Amino acid sequence: MNTVFDKDTWQEIFGSISQNKLRTLITIIGVLWGIFLYIVLSGIAKGVDNGFEQRFERISSNSLFVWTQNTSIPFSGFKIGRNWNIKLSDVETLKNKIPEIQHIAPRIQKGNFGSQGAYISNGTRSGTYNIYGDYPILKVVSQKDIYKGGRFINELDIKEERKVCVIGERTQKELFKDEENPIGKFININGIYFKVIGIHKFFDQGGGSFDDDGDIHVPFSTFKRLYNTGDAVGFLLIAGYDDIDIVEVENKVKIQLKEIHKVHPDDNRAIGSFNLGSFFTRAKNFANGMSFISIIIGIATILAGVIGIGNILLISVKERTKEIGIRRAIGASPNHIRKQIILESVFLTLIAGTIGIILGAFILYVINMATQNLKDVPFTNATVPLSYIFAALLMMIGLGTLIGFIPAEKAISTKPIDALRDE
Amino acid sequence: MIDIEGLNKSYPIGNSSLHVLKGIDLKINEGELVAIMGSSGSGKSTLLNIIGMLDNYDSGSYKLDNVPIKDLDETKAAKYRNKFLGFVFQSFNLINYKTALENIALPLYYQGIPRNERQKVAQEYLKKVGLADWAEHLPSELSGGQKQRIAIARALASQPKVLLADEPTGALDSTTSEEVMDLIKQINNEGKTILVVTHEQDIANMCKRIITLKDGIIMTDMKTK
Repeated sequence: MNTVFDKDTWQEIFGSISQNKLRTLITIIGVLWGIFLYIVLSGIAKGVDNGFEQRFERISSNSLFVWTQNTSIPFSGFKIGRNWNIKLSDVETLKNKIPEIQHIAPRIQKGNFGSQGAYISNGTRSGTYNIYGDYPILKVVSQKDIYKGGRFINELDIKEERKVCVIGERTQKELFKDEENPIGKFININGIYFKVIGIHKFFDQGGGSFDDDGDIHVPFSTFKRLYNTGDAVGFLLIAGYDDIDIVEVENKVKIQLKEIHKVHPDDNRAIGSFNLGSFFTRAKNFANGMSFISIIIGIATILAGVIGIGNILLISVKERTKEIGIRRAIGASPNHIRKQIILESVFLTLIAGTIGIILGAFILYVINMATQNLKDVPFTNATVPLSYIFAALLMMIGLGTLIGFIPAEKAISTKPIDALRDE
Repeated sequence: MIDIEGLNKSYPIGNSSLHVLKGIDLKINEGELVAIMGSSGSGKSTLLNIIGMLDNYDSGSYKLDNVPIKDLDETKAAKYRNKFLGFVFQSFNLINYKTALENIALPLYYQGIPRNERQKVAQEYLKKVGLADWAEHLPSELSGGQKQRIAIARALASQPKVLLADEPTGALDSTTSEEVMDLIKQINNEGKTILVVTHEQDIANMCKRIITLKDGIIMTDMKTK
């Protein structure tokens, strides 16, 4: 293998390659284009993957929402169109019966889904806002960031049915003066004074949650008293363990709830749900599919390019028949000739590949710059793992060697005496 | 040095075959300068190709420096060519994108000699053929005579036992031809065995021994004065 490191080997290669620069250039464009496509496409796939990843990073990706709707099938003595509710006691039942569930956050709300929000005032400022009754567990399932100085609802708030609330950024702006610190202040919710204990940050997660910048969160128990909702729950936010099938959990939850509340097993309209987990999985599958396609396209294009190199080398060997004859007359063994032509092939492939990788990386850089501030596009940090690049380079060396054998054997198969006669 | 007995060679042409060499017996000793003459079709080039291990023969025997040469595979033939023989061609056959020096060093490259030593040896031979100042020139920048001298230097660089020259002056004018032949004679005087194939009488006359081929057999074999 020491020929690879011999200066003359490279002189030989450069010598023969530079004989026809234009042709060499056109030849390497094939491989260059292949690796370029491969890099750009798999980079974009990675970017989309990262984009989805980022969008879901604030909420447990293996989670689902469940809420109730009017029944559509009469069952067990109940009429069609019955209005029913999930009960607080269902939470324990679900947890006990379905071991895949990690957390359940029961929530109740006003202002969403057609109901009227709470009328809230602070002195002369007032507005109508969505109001949620929440448990502290919500913070675990769906990340809530509270501005410094404040806190989220805790167990004591629930136990003592404290009249405390966490308000959104917009609520703060609309109800308080800019320089006023709302923490510890009281606001009037439907005629009852609540103490503000925290302000939550708002993250636009593009449909990933129902959160709004004007939300008001109060302890579930307080909400219950305030609106006299009894044990009714508005909806459940259920998070499964990391490695479970969330679609399966969704089905089990529905079956369980239908059983408890005497809803017809086939009444699909009676329970509404939104499965974040399967949505997330679909998004991930899309990104995975893209990266798979990019690998296929990349390999196919590189292959076509390498075949092009083999083809051109075949022509070049034909043109250099005489030269190869001379070399053999002065003592080049078939192995010398073979090695040189294969090295030429590998060298061309690698040069083309390297340029393609550099160009591809540059385009990814440009795409990253361009999409950096686009919040609506799920696209972040398009990169290609180093291992992909090494794999591509290895593949090119392998293919370059294989394809180089064809012109090399062709060169050797001509007897030196015939080669010398070639004019 | 060269010991040939009953050498036969024929080429197939369609269904029949062309008998080119019909029983050649030839002994050439070390240090000889031999011209092989003959009109075209006489078999002189075929003989040279067989001696040069570029071609096989059908029957008979050929020994080079007491090594029997028969049915060599390409790798072995390449090794023997590199070790025993130096070639000089009518059309010089220099590699056109290599400088004079690189051309001369090429046989040494195939012998696996380190670069520095190659360069040194090549310089030496370049000086020997009187072109030391032309080391970095490409063949296209040299005259015909100069090219042939580079080719001779290249043939000598691997220190072969025999130098084979196929019409070395065929592409040169008479003055340059004489210069090249002078160089060949000078190399011969230093002890190298040289075979020159030519169809020019005056070139042959500059050699020490003239062998004339006709229709595949040796017609005459005589020493010049």
